[in-house]
Amino acid sequence: MYTITKQKTGQELKESLATFDSLYVIGCGTCATACHTGGKAEVMSMKTMLQEAGKTVTGWMVVPTPCDSLTRFAIEEESDRIASASAVLVMACAYGVQNVAAFTEKAVIPALDTLFFGMEGAPGQFSEVCLQCGECVLASTGGICPITSCPKGLVNGPCGGTKEGKCEVDASRDCAWTLIYNRLKKQGRLDLMRKIQSPKDFQKMTHPRRASVIA
Amino acid sequence: MSKLRDALQSGRFVVTAEIAPPKGVDISEMLDSAHLLRDRVTAVNVTDQQSSVMRLGSLAACHLLADNGVETVFQMTTRDRNRIALQSDLLSAYVMGIENVLCLTGDYVTLGDHPHAKPVFDLESVGLLRAAKQLERGSDMSEKPLKGAPKFFLGAVVTPGANPLEPQLFKMEKKVAAGAQFFQTQAVYEPSRFESFMQYARQFKVPVLAGIIPLKSAGMARFMNNNVAGVYVPEALIEEISKADDKYRKSLEITARLINQIRPMCDGVHVMAIGWERKVPDILDAAGL
Repeated sequence: MYTITKQKTGQELKESLATFDSLYVIGCGTCATACHTGGKAEVMSMKTMLQEAGKTVTGWMVVPTPCDSLTRFAIEEESDRIASASAVLVMACAYGVQNVAAFTEKAVIPALDTLFFGMEGAPGQFSEVCLQCGECVLASTGGICPITSCPKGLVNGPCGGTKEGKCEVDASRDCAWTLIYNRLKKQGRLDLMRKIQSPKDFQKMTHPRRASVIA
Repeated sequence: MSKLRDALQSGRFVVTAEIAPPKGVDISEMLDSAHLLRDRVTAVNVTDQQSSVMRLGSLAACHLLADNGVETVFQMTTRDRNRIALQSDLLSAYVMGIENVLCLTGDYVTLGDHPHAKPVFDLESVGLLRAAKQLERGSDMSEKPLKGAPKFFLGAVVTPGANPLEPQLFKMEKKVAAGAQFFQTQAVYEPSRFESFMQYARQFKVPVLAGIIPLKSAGMARFMNNNVAGVYVPEALIEEISKADDKYRKSLEITARLINQIRPMCDGVHVMAIGWERKVPDILDAAGL
């Protein structure tokens, strides 16, 4: 699983960096590297782009996982170069951005938009398979999540918009409920599709969620 | 008391039609269409921002039509309102004398003219039907008692031409179990396919009104074949209308023939004229209804 990101447009970045003339750039060695949005190569091109725009780059680093607690030590090690910058530009997902922001007093600017948690199918091809709804329905849906894979998140079968197994929202997408039907049919478990499912409990998705796993 | 319920219970072949509220506040055309339909159909469905296009609300339009002596079917989708607003609007409908409610999930938001809007889908068609039944029992979805319970005549939709069909039939079965008392179908153009659907659907003992969309042109037929889920216009019909000199007469002829072919199979027809609301009387004349 990776956190899928995409680079913000040059225009948006230009606006959010307008008041900062010197920057320290932090990349991500894990997900953003896999997404080609914040690995070493992208950090290098960002550095060039910033310099061409007349900004000073006081330093840069690619943290192995900017979302973990070790990031604090990387930031401490680079504290001088970070101190001489007017802002920190983070080329990681929003977890990385918020983690960096927790460990520095500097203004922290995201260079990326965080899209979704993706599962890698074919190399470099990611798809969203879970929305963290807090009440997993996969037992009755053949291991395919309709909350995520159906744009409407339907729990009781396909809508009338399904056409030859494709979705009304995007004809290049499979209809989640046709996939579920085919899977359950093969497993001889179609009776599962005849049971009325209650509406989702959205209280379980009230933000921000917390968990304590200490015994 | 719902005239639609009475008519369907009487075993009469029932005709319903459809009106879309305007995009804006000029309701004159909507009322003109309603007056033309008033004495020809048992009830008029009022669509709920169909195709996810923002318009005048269905509930207000139903109320206006009722004031004009037209019985309506209040179409409700779960796309734009959460369960609090849906239940509240069901209560509002009842106090305004609206009993017929067609419960739909609704098209996805990005298909309409506000693609950036937040899609709701807190409930779906099945959940909405259950919520309405629960209100009838005198409590809301949170089991809180109501001061006075409403009574509805609840409808739902089904697509007889869906491929694969079985998942649609499972869902139809769930809708019946959830409280659907009548069905209006997606447009039907193939009587033989509709007949096999009805052979299956009969077991639910719930009246079915077959969806009729008058075929205006070959272009429209091809558009529906390519873009509308569960609608298939056979090539022979497309050829028939494209060869006709008088397209309007041919359209009436085809629609009337279709209605009479499916008439013995179901309990009524639901005419979705899509812009031809004023021509519905011509269609019904041609079909002898």
